[in-house]
Amino acid sequence: MSEASDIRSRQLLTLPAVAVITLFGVLPLLVIVVYSVLKPATYGGVVWQVTPQAYVNFLFQQDIIDDTLHFTTDYLQIFARSTLFAALTTVVCLALGFPTAYFMATRPPGQRNWWILLITIPFWTNLLIRTLAVMLIIRDEGLLNDFLIWLHAIPKPIVILYTDTAIVLGLLYSYLPFMVLPLYASLEKLDFRLVEAGFDLYATRGQVLRRIVLPLTKPGIIAGSLLVFIPALGAYVTPLILGGGRHLLIGDLIAQQFGSGRNWPFGCAQALILMAMVLVALWFYVRNATGRVQHG
Amino acid sequence: MHGQAPGPATVAVNSSDAPAISIEQVSKTFGGGADMVRAVDDVSLAIRRNEFFTLLGPSGCGKTTLLRLIAGFEHPTHGKLLLEGVDISALPPYQRPVNTVFQNYALFPHMTVAQNIGFGLEMLGRPKAEIASTVDAMLKLVRMEELKNRRTSQISGGQQQRVALARALAPRPKVLLLDEPLSALDFKLRKDMQIELKRLQSETGITFVFVTHDQEEALTMSDRIAVMAKGKVLQVGSPRDIYDRPAERFVANFVGDTNFLSAEMGSFVASTGSVRLPSGVTLSASLPEGGVRSGKVTVVVRPEHARLTAETAGKPLTGRLENTVYFGTDTHYHVRLISGEPFMVRMQNTRDQVARFAVGDTVGIELGDAALQVLRD
Repeated sequence: MSEASDIRSRQLLTLPAVAVITLFGVLPLLVIVVYSVLKPATYGGVVWQVTPQAYVNFLFQQDIIDDTLHFTTDYLQIFARSTLFAALTTVVCLALGFPTAYFMATRPPGQRNWWILLITIPFWTNLLIRTLAVMLIIRDEGLLNDFLIWLHAIPKPIVILYTDTAIVLGLLYSYLPFMVLPLYASLEKLDFRLVEAGFDLYATRGQVLRRIVLPLTKPGIIAGSLLVFIPALGAYVTPLILGGGRHLLIGDLIAQQFGSGRNWPFGCAQALILMAMVLVALWFYVRNATGRVQHG
Repeated sequence: MHGQAPGPATVAVNSSDAPAISIEQVSKTFGGGADMVRAVDDVSLAIRRNEFFTLLGPSGCGKTTLLRLIAGFEHPTHGKLLLEGVDISALPPYQRPVNTVFQNYALFPHMTVAQNIGFGLEMLGRPKAEIASTVDAMLKLVRMEELKNRRTSQISGGQQQRVALARALAPRPKVLLLDEPLSALDFKLRKDMQIELKRLQSETGITFVFVTHDQEEALTMSDRIAVMAKGKVLQVGSPRDIYDRPAERFVANFVGDTNFLSAEMGSFVASTGSVRLPSGVTLSASLPEGGVRSGKVTVVVRPEHARLTAETAGKPLTGRLENTVYFGTDTHYHVRLISGEPFMVRMQNTRDQVARFAVGDTVGIELGDAALQVLRD
C-alpha cells in the first residue's frame, strides 16, 4: 500500500468518530453559545435578538424600580459552593480511593479482575435508584440511624438527609469508582521493586509514599481527580435528592433556567461559564501536576 | 528529613571482631499447610568483613530469599541475623546499614542519575553539601561523571548497572548485597563488570554479598562461596575448595564438569585416605570435612586431573573412547569405562600433538596425585 493511500485510509477510519463528535458534541455546544447571546422568550425558547444580557445577569441585578444595575454575588456564591463541594468530594475520594486501589494492585494477578468487577458493581444500577437508596439509609428513620439507636450509640436520630453532609456523601458514593479505577491502573503498573529500593535506601513508609509512589502514580491521580471533580461540579440528581434543594448548586441552577425560570439564554450562559471555569482549573492543575513530576 | 535519622546510626558497633554478617540457624517458610515452601532451611553462615562472599545455586535454591532476609525485605521464620554482632532480625530495611543492587537495578525513573545516587543520603538526613560531594565521588568511582544529569531512562543497561552500584554504595553500607546484578548484561559487558565489581570491592573495603547462579562468575570473583540447594547451604569454602574438594555430589555437579566413580573406602587418617577402584588399583584420595564412613563411597575426579594413555596395563581406569570434542584450547575425550560408567578427560592441545586417539580405541586413564575427592554421601 502506498503512503498516500495509507494516510487516506487512516483518515477514512477516523471519519465515524469525527462525525459523532461533530454531530453530538460540537453542534450542541454551538447551539448553547448562540442561545447564550439571545433574548429569552416569555414561555421558554429564545427570541432571535443578540444581547449580552445573560452574562450581565450573572454578576448584576436589575433594580425593579429604576432599572439600575447592582453588583450581586448570588450566582458566584452558588458557583463557589459547588466548587467547594466538588473539591471536597475529590479530596475525600482520593483519600479513600488510594488505599483501595493500592490494596487491589497488590493482590495476586488472578484476584485483581474480581476486585475491579466489585468496584464496578454500582454502575450496574441507575444512578437515580442508587441515590434514592442512599436516602433510605441516611434518613431520620433510616437504616443508619436505626442501627445507631439500637446500639445505644445515639439517643435520637442524627439529621443527615437534606444537609450538605448528605450531598457530599452522595457525591462521594457516586464518583468513588471513577477515582479508584485510574488510580488502580497506574498503581498496577508501578514497579514495586522501586518501593523496596526506597526502603533499602533508608526511606520510611511515609517517605516512600511521598518520594516514590505518589510521583510515579501522578498520571492516575490526575486522571482520577478530573474524573471526579468535573462531574461532581455539575452534578444535578444527587444534590437535588439528598440536599433537598435547600442549597442551590450549579447543576440545579442551570436546570432551573430551562424549567421554571424560563430563561434559556441565562442557562446557556451559566453552562458556558462553568465550562470556562473547568477549563481554566484544568489547565492550572495539569500544568502544575506534570511540572512537579518533571522536577522529581 | 526527620530529626532522628534512621539507618546506620541506629546500629552501634559493639565488637570489632564480630563477622560482618552472622546467620544463625535461619529458616524462612512461605505459605502454610500443604503449600508451605521452605525457602531457607536452617542455614548458618558467617560472612567475614571485607569479604567478597557469593551465594551460588540454581534458581529456587533460596539464595535470593537469603539475600532478602539480610536486606530486611523478609523476616526469618526461625533463627537470628547479626550484623557486626548486633541482632538485626527484627529491624525494617530502612534501619539496616545494608544496601542492595537489585537484579533489574530498580532505579527511580522520575529522578536523574545524581538524584538516584543521592537518595539514600538524603533519606538519612545528611547535609546538602555532603550529599553533593558524595554523589560526585560516587560518579567518579563508577566513571559516570558526564551522565550526572541524565534521566535513568536515557542511559544504557551497563550504565544503569553502574548507577545502581553507585546508589547502593553512596550511603557507605556495612554490607553491599548484589542480587544477580550481571545477569541482564551481555557477555562482554558482564566480563568487564566482573572486573569492575572486584575493583570497587577492594577500593571501598565494603563486604560484598553476591548472589549468582553462574558458577564461573562465582569462581572468578569470590573470596568464599556458599553453594546452596533446596534452601540449604551444602558447602562453604574458597573457590579452590569448592572446585577441587567438593564435599557433595550436588556441589561437584553444579560447579564445573565432573566424573563420578564408585569405589571402596580403604584406610584413612585425618583428611586423606586410600580408595580401591573396581580395577583393583588403590589410590590416595582427600576426604570431605567431617570424615567418611567405610564401605562403598563415591569419588569425584575433575576431567583435567586425568590423562588418556594408549597402554591399558596397570592403569586405574580403562575403557573405550566413544567421542572426542575439540574446543580449541583443549579437547574433551568421552570414555565408557569397563564398569559401564561414563568418564570425561580434558587435555590441553599442543602444537606438536598428533591426534593419537581415535573413536573406538581402547584407552587407559591415568589419574594425577590428589585427583580423587571422596564425597560425603
